[in-house]
Amino acid sequence: MEDGNQLLRLSKYTETMADKEVVIIDYGMGNLWSVDSAIKYLGYSPKISADPSIISAAESLILPGVGSFRRAMKTIREQSIDKAIFNSLQNPKAKILGICLGLQLLGASSTEDGFTDGLGLVQNEVKKLTSSNEMPIKIPHVGFNRTEQPKNSKLFDQISADAAFYFVHSYAMQTLNDSSKYATTTHGQKFVSAIESGQVFGTQFHPEKSQKNGLRVLENFLR
Amino acid sequence: MLTKRIIFALLYDSGSFMLSRNFRLQRIGDLTWLKENYGFSTVGYAIDELVVIDVSRKPRDTQKFCADLKILTRDCFAPIAAGGGIKTVEHARELLRSGADKVVINTALHDEPDLIDEIAAEFGQQCIVASIDTQKINNSYRVFKHSGTIETSDSLEHFLLKCTGLPIGEIYLTSVDRDGTGNGLDLEVLDFVGHAKDVPLIIMGGVGNADHIIEGLKDNRVDAVATANLLNFMGDGLARARESAIASGINLPVF
Repeated sequence: MEDGNQLLRLSKYTETMADKEVVIIDYGMGNLWSVDSAIKYLGYSPKISADPSIISAAESLILPGVGSFRRAMKTIREQSIDKAIFNSLQNPKAKILGICLGLQLLGASSTEDGFTDGLGLVQNEVKKLTSSNEMPIKIPHVGFNRTEQPKNSKLFDQISADAAFYFVHSYAMQTLNDSSKYATTTHGQKFVSAIESGQVFGTQFHPEKSQKNGLRVLENFLR
Repeated sequence: MLTKRIIFALLYDSGSFMLSRNFRLQRIGDLTWLKENYGFSTVGYAIDELVVIDVSRKPRDTQKFCADLKILTRDCFAPIAAGGGIKTVEHARELLRSGADKVVINTALHDEPDLIDEIAAEFGQQCIVASIDTQKINNSYRVFKHSGTIETSDSLEHFLLKCTGLPIGEIYLTSVDRDGTGNGLDLEVLDFVGHAKDVPLIIMGGVGNADHIIEGLKDNRVDAVATANLLNFMGDGLARARESAIASGINLPVF
């Protein structure tokens, strides 16, 4: 079996990344440990923080997430994390990666637990996956699945087209006809499995849980 | 298309990893043993998911379990579900902050269904793996709780119907009588899971070799097969099992 770790481990000594500030946003609901250890594994020294001043100053923001959209947005607003994210993105070099619920929070809104506005960094809406007679599916969508990758993608650079990533979700972001780049995955319906839109990135899957291919997605975002 | 999953389950008790046979536990080794025999950077690439359950029958030391969970999962970039005696939302949060993506809940499904609602409201329904222990008694499947020690009044079918009314993400069905035997999975139980056909299903109990895993994954009602057989897959056993499953046509991701 090829050991993808070796490749990744090597890369951390050949690139200079020590000065790049990576902040994992802690709003009390994420699997922060996993994201943190994946990013450390890649050679970065991320900070885990909910402090708006630290978030505002970051160049690479990671918005992880396991949980309910409504609760997450409530906390994000109460702690002014939303404003801090917007502040950070004023810096043209700054970027954000939403993971799982984090991707959904970047969108315009979600219908989970009643209609809730999102951060609105992209205009896509989040809706529940549905099963139909023509396309019966199990919900949540749990397990490894493949993605239709966008062309010239930053996130999927050097990743095989049939790479599978780990998903676990019941709600999904809808595609739009816009200039964003989308990776899509089909589970009953086609949904956004990754997005790249200027400074805004997101994956519905968990790159930190998708073994070697997932680590490469994280590395592609961070570099 | 969603791929199938091979899950490795670790049964933890006060710093040790246990072999279970019909829910009777035998200590096999500690974290060092596990690292030596299942070097995690390798296992991480041979399995689709890791489940870690604190099966201790004594009062559990959650702090220690979480600390060991962190060590265990540090370089394991695969999905991880953890559980064992979860009684509060805070307990679930601790596990989710220590490397787990999902929590495995068994007894609370019976005794405290409100807790399931609370955990789902906090972390989402997809976060909850409903663990159900079943045993075939006189041609009917009965459901057990408290580490298989207490027989409930529910038949499997009835209990699955109850569970699907709760906000759960997956069903993790263990056959108590096959557990640890290595004699193969109980596939007859699948005739009784119709009520839960819309929820992802993991089956466990009886896997002794790769063929047993393949047999389970070939059934279209099964999303994942789990094994906690700590002795049969040492070294590159899991990697070889995966390769032979892929070779026999099971849709599994290539890592």
